[in-house]
Amino acid sequence: MLEGMSTTLAPRTRWRTRALKIAEAATTPLVPGDFLDLFAPLRAGADLRGRVESVHPETADAATLVIRPGADWRGHVPGQYVRVGVDVDGVRCWRAYSLTHGPRADGRISITVKAVCDGQVSPYLVRHTKPGTLLHLEQATGDFVLPVPSTVEPETRKLLFITAGSGITPVIGMLRNLYPSTDAGVLRLARSAAYDIVVLHVAPSEPDSIFADDLRKLAAAGAIRLVARYDDQHGVLDLADLDALVPDLGERTTFACGPAGLLDAIAAHHEERGLRLLTEQFRVSTVVAGEGGTVSFARSGVDVECDGGRPILEQAEEAGVLMPSGCRMGICYTCVLPLREGAVRDLRTGDLTTAVPGETSDGGVAIQTCINAAAGPCEIDH
Amino acid sequence: MTTIQKKATIGQNSPIAHLSAEDIELIAKELDAIRASVIETRGERDARYIRRVIKTQRSLELGSRIVLLASLFPPAWFVGTLGLSASKILENMEIGHNVLHGQWDWMRDPKIHSTTWHWDTATPAEQWQHSHNELHHTYTNVIGKDNDLGYGIMRVDEDQPWHPMHLGQPLWNLLNALFFEYGIAAYDLELRGQLRRGKQHTEKFKRDAKAVLNNIRKQVTKDYVVHPLLSGPSFLTTMLANFTANTVRNIWSHSVIMCGHFPEGVETFETRSIEGETKPQWYLRQMLGSANISGSKLMHIMTGNLSHQIEHHLFPDLPSNRYGEIAPKVKALFERYDLAYCARPLPQQVYSAWHKVVRLSLPNGWLDTTNARNLPSQLKALYQMTTGGPKVRRALQARMLQEHRRVLAAAA
Repeated sequence: MLEGMSTTLAPRTRWRTRALKIAEAATTPLVPGDFLDLFAPLRAGADLRGRVESVHPETADAATLVIRPGADWRGHVPGQYVRVGVDVDGVRCWRAYSLTHGPRADGRISITVKAVCDGQVSPYLVRHTKPGTLLHLEQATGDFVLPVPSTVEPETRKLLFITAGSGITPVIGMLRNLYPSTDAGVLRLARSAAYDIVVLHVAPSEPDSIFADDLRKLAAAGAIRLVARYDDQHGVLDLADLDALVPDLGERTTFACGPAGLLDAIAAHHEERGLRLLTEQFRVSTVVAGEGGTVSFARSGVDVECDGGRPILEQAEEAGVLMPSGCRMGICYTCVLPLREGAVRDLRTGDLTTAVPGETSDGGVAIQTCINAAAGPCEIDH
Repeated sequence: MTTIQKKATIGQNSPIAHLSAEDIELIAKELDAIRASVIETRGERDARYIRRVIKTQRSLELGSRIVLLASLFPPAWFVGTLGLSASKILENMEIGHNVLHGQWDWMRDPKIHSTTWHWDTATPAEQWQHSHNELHHTYTNVIGKDNDLGYGIMRVDEDQPWHPMHLGQPLWNLLNALFFEYGIAAYDLELRGQLRRGKQHTEKFKRDAKAVLNNIRKQVTKDYVVHPLLSGPSFLTTMLANFTANTVRNIWSHSVIMCGHFPEGVETFETRSIEGETKPQWYLRQMLGSANISGSKLMHIMTGNLSHQIEHHLFPDLPSNRYGEIAPKVKALFERYDLAYCARPLPQQVYSAWHKVVRLSLPNGWLDTTNARNLPSQLKALYQMTTGGPKVRRALQARMLQEHRRVLAAAA
């Protein structure tokens, strides 16, 4: 045994462990947390949750939600995002949103959500969330953060933010932290003095531009140089104009956040010119339903070609995969397996179930294999 | 009741003789439409419902157990025991049974899901799901395949052969009711079959039995050690309160579950009749093999909505709060196709179920052919059937049935 190492716990820890064991014995098969959740869901040690304190409209289809996170919230670095679990029409969905404020002294966090046209979650968050709603959270994460400014490397200080639509959200989080806005105006803090920031913000029109006011205030205070581009005034952004808009483009590190098309174009442009680029994109994969497809069984290591007219259960069994099953008619739920990615169709009703990684709980979506057929390529965790 | 298939042979009308194959298909189409109407509108309101029930049950349990810390005082004992009984009933029936059926899987809440839920009873969730969701709901009321028809210790249908053991079935039923939690665990373990094998227990049985014993140990520790100890001077009274609450839950759930398939008017089916059964035929068997309990909203919730047994058997995975809403449509469907919708208030259904248990504890026809005059000879025949062995039993049974038919014909 190494010197200084003790195999006995300190008395207080011993008592705590004992008390916890008694509490668990008193609540089995539940855990003490299940009872504490009734009145203290944001306490330390609980699953990470947050309570919506207020909802502030930003534009016609965007709103900022100020959230009080649970006691175990570890804080965040500006530019990072948080995964939020929200029940929409009773169904738990997960989405990722950039943190648009803070870190704040009062410990609150905020996300700014733009309602996507045919979206499932964003319209609900923007228009139907009431203060007091409990959300599920994961700790902040992401690499889309400011580099430490170095006098030796000017690219760490001279930055170009290219944002489109809701892509402004991580950037505004960073800018608000660098240049806080107060009643007395925008503060120019010493720690932010090293940065030289240009923001190229693209939006369909001026009223649709989230945080337009904030950006203008920052520009007026000299904190940033703002190049605002509105599709209806200036036409769609053409990357060939980039040098004209940002003359010292070659000296700057670009941070880009926006729709996939724009990010791909910027990536191609910058790679050609050998320029530094960091991107942030939220909706990476969408699932398009089809007819039949390859069903991959991740743990069995088997891929089964399935046709869309017969249940996955039958075809997987024929391919030699050991599958749980019961009534084989959709009533007993013995055949349920987690669908990680893909779409399946209920052969009885035609209803589709889709699983997009990142938009469901970690376990994926539980599906019955005896009445569902593959509606495109699928990955099942079995 | 005899099986539907045998009814014609003994001069009774089969309740489905008037239905054509097309009728059965049309009934299924309407039932599919009812199911679709619920799935389409399933959403926030339903999620709020189950979360409210869970919150209520947990608050009730917490409050009751706190009150029982002072159970030495009779008022505290009564209030605490009442609250704990209600909480255990809700936990077992409206919450546990329904969550484990997958009724709330659609919410994708990892904590309220048929694959993760654990309930406060001796039988582990997986074992119960196998014998209940898979076997009982697939083979509902098929003699020889649905062991819920008597749980292997009673006969509840004329077509289940009589055995001297059945003479004691009112007593077995009462014991089962008092200790129903353990009765179910033994049933799900297929304990009788395993005991017959002697020492050659299967590996699966050993694993499952270990899980059951583990569950029992945890519950016994909780209810009869930890909480009594936490009550200090109220140690014994808290132990008694918890035992009472468990027993109340046992008796209540046993009574409700008996009402599901035992009352008079519920049909049973022969094994051969389900060979090649189609979904529409399965629907029909569920309709006729189940019985409802009519009553107040409170009754419906406290029975875990098993008072809507017919609706539950038609749609086991629809949220339980919807059964009451679709019941009028289902009942109307029965009426349109001239089928009997078996529903009675709770006392009547419980009485009907117990009456069947008592009646069928005796050989077929014994009760109906016995009167004050022939009682001694009937008792003698019963004694012979009990002690005589299978051949004597069969002979005497045949004679009794002949006599029964004569009595029925004379009355007609």
